[in-house]
Amino acid sequence: MSAEARIEVDFAASAAAQVKRPSAIGRMLRHRSVIIGGVILIVMLLIALTAPLLGTMDPARIDPTMRNKVPGTEVSLRQDDGSRLVRTAWLGTDSLGRDVYSRVLYGTRVSLIVGLSVAAISVSIGLLIGLIAGYIRWVDAVVMRVMDGLMAIPGILLAIALVSLWGAGLGTVIIAIVVPEVPRVVRLVRSVVLTIREEPYVEAAISVGTPLPLILVRHIMPNTVAPLIVQGTFICASAILVEAILSFLGIGIPTEIPTWGNIMAEGRTVFRVYPHNILYPGIFLSLTVLAINIMGDGMRDTLDPRMSKRV
Amino acid sequence: MNDSVPVLEVAGLSVELPSGADRKFAIEAMSFQVRPREIVCLVGESGSGKSVAAFTVMGLLPKALRPVAGRIALAGEDLLSAPPERLRDLRGSRMGMIFQEPMTALNPVMTCGAQIDEVLAVHTSLDPAARRARILDIMNQVRLPEPERLIDAYPHQLSGGQRQRIMIAMALVLEPALLIADEPTTALDVTTQAQILELIKDLQRDHATGVLFITHDFGVVAEIAHRVAVMQWGKLVEFGTTEDVLKRPRHPYTKMLISSVPGIVPRHRPRPETARPTVLKTEALGKTYADAAWFRKSRTVKAAESVSIEVRRGETLGIVGESGSGKSTVARCVARLIEPSAGRIWLAGDDIAGLSAGRLRPHRRKIQIVFQDPYRSLNPRRTVGESIVEGPMNYGLGRAEALARARSLMETVRLDPGSLDRYPHQFSGGQRQRICIARALAMEPELLIADEAVSALDVSVQAQVLELLDDIRQKLDLAMLFITHDLRVAAQVCDYVAVMSQGQVVEYGTAPQVFGAPRHDYTKALFAAAPGRNWEFGKFAAG
Repeated sequence: MSAEARIEVDFAASAAAQVKRPSAIGRMLRHRSVIIGGVILIVMLLIALTAPLLGTMDPARIDPTMRNKVPGTEVSLRQDDGSRLVRTAWLGTDSLGRDVYSRVLYGTRVSLIVGLSVAAISVSIGLLIGLIAGYIRWVDAVVMRVMDGLMAIPGILLAIALVSLWGAGLGTVIIAIVVPEVPRVVRLVRSVVLTIREEPYVEAAISVGTPLPLILVRHIMPNTVAPLIVQGTFICASAILVEAILSFLGIGIPTEIPTWGNIMAEGRTVFRVYPHNILYPGIFLSLTVLAINIMGDGMRDTLDPRMSKRV
Repeated sequence: MNDSVPVLEVAGLSVELPSGADRKFAIEAMSFQVRPREIVCLVGESGSGKSVAAFTVMGLLPKALRPVAGRIALAGEDLLSAPPERLRDLRGSRMGMIFQEPMTALNPVMTCGAQIDEVLAVHTSLDPAARRARILDIMNQVRLPEPERLIDAYPHQLSGGQRQRIMIAMALVLEPALLIADEPTTALDVTTQAQILELIKDLQRDHATGVLFITHDFGVVAEIAHRVAVMQWGKLVEFGTTEDVLKRPRHPYTKMLISSVPGIVPRHRPRPETARPTVLKTEALGKTYADAAWFRKSRTVKAAESVSIEVRRGETLGIVGESGSGKSTVARCVARLIEPSAGRIWLAGDDIAGLSAGRLRPHRRKIQIVFQDPYRSLNPRRTVGESIVEGPMNYGLGRAEALARARSLMETVRLDPGSLDRYPHQFSGGQRQRICIARALAMEPELLIADEAVSALDVSVQAQVLELLDDIRQKLDLAMLFITHDLRVAAQVCDYVAVMSQGQVVEYGTAPQVFGAPRHDYTKALFAAAPGRNWEFGKFAAG
């Protein structure tokens, strides 16, 4: 019953006024989902940063004599000076004789770069457009129709078009994923702006003569931070997945740069006999996306408790 | 019904608050009775625990709050020890409740008839035809027009007053012994409130219901209560007949509360001998809202129409009216928070009605506004000091000087200048409203607009803020535009009064003229509806 909720809110408010609660960041760092997701992500980040030190070799090095070895096989590689190096291929080799362990570890770099940069770029562009569209009415009408148009473009088709225009590469993939994400962020920011602009404190700022850019930055933008952080984590996870899909389809990043998607694409033809080519990058991919998602859930719970009850 | 057994008996009731709250008990050792055919008013300021009392009786307390001592009996039956099934059975059939917000208390996707029907279907074994007859009958009793049509209407198709009547119909359809009304008229206009109060009084008499009526408004108390219980900080400080409590209060808190109620007779105010310079003058000011429509005729709403008012330096003009009368529209047009669609606004000789944002900027400083809701008019993420210095710094004042001005203004509004670096949530509602006043004054305005600035405050705090505003007006020789729905407040602070209805000024004159001898029918109706207009609060008899 609504009245019951009202009482609860009243007391929550009076309790909040009296007792000093830990800050939002403090509460976030104590949330179990945030801790678990964060730990996995930090491990992934460390792997990405220190890949050359983790017993890996050149992930692009092809050795036709060592093709399709199962995990744990001893492989001997011919060095450039003619001597042979014997090492264990922990995760086996692919159909060109490349070391899957090295490729998966190096692949972490691409996935994290794509995830983080797509999240950062789409959130910044979306924030800027959303703030302006939400506040200035006539801009809103134009900008939101453009955004509707962008949302109507299928992401994969856009990626194929961009790749055929500019050639495959990290930059092309990032742009192809950013473009359909931006309108979602714009809508989120705009909806926050539309409610906050009606707040009396914003009107008070207008009547004390605060210029428009300051009103946006000082009084409105801080309210968008919490939902944007949450949205950012989900964008990051979905970007990693989309990059893997694009690479798997062969329209993403070329195979000289290993990514989880193109390692899996490589293993597709021999999957029945040698499943390790898909299994290990698949585990890394799922683990990373899962970690980001549960972290995002935890952040949403602490930053916007009403939303977690609703979902 | 046996009149000797009270409908509701509360004895030594204590309800504990969760740890970490500002006090240990929401209600402490509270005892009172409601007899049949009696209206008991529970009055107190916000946070006094009056709503918790009502929810405890209904068994609707949130889990965090626990009754730890005492007894509640409904016609002799103990409620605190009753199992949930029995309580559910009693709710609706033996005790009914009306809530404050008729907007949210009704389910928006069910027709009004279906919502009343639900009560009957759950608690009786009547067949659908009999239930429908019963619903039409109760809708007639709560004086809803055309019950046959309204029975199939959805809540949004009804006015606020009509929705509250539906709520009352739901609560009373099973003729409960006890009706609990939690601020049922607070969200309503004064004329609607008068009708609803009349209705509750009549129904209670006809059905021999005992009513526990929760309110913060002593006008309402004077209007309907037989007995009054006054609460402060969870304790019942005074309980007696209306006559006794209002005329001969014994507890100092009751005395303070009652003397804070503004009188409805305009206060005598010294008139300046010479005419003061005009600060604000509007000529045929109008605001029309039109919804954009491509394929049909666009609908237009005239929120304000040919409003001509004038405020001189050192004087207060009150604009009074009910919700939707256009009084806030006028204030926001004058402050140029919205664009007026017609007319002129003369501010110290310049017409600011059609100025562009850039040309308006130098004039903005001269008009400042204080809003209704103290909880939303300060940015929660900025310290109050930052909020106060923002304006002066926009106009080129250095930070150090702006802060010095803020400190002295904090003293003007009687707050500690040392608390400038605190955040809004660390202040009470009244304190926040003082901060908003300080923020407005920091701009050194010529015209101060108070848009329902004291409406959200408790009556004792309201009295202090009103006094402060009047003080400031005198000291700084400000012109003030005071928007309010509360006639009592207007009577206390205004030199001139404009009464607005449906976007137009229907009566305009000095406060003694308008209050003493209203000419327009609407003004007369407004005064006739003011609750407790025949009481003079604060004139206590000796003893």
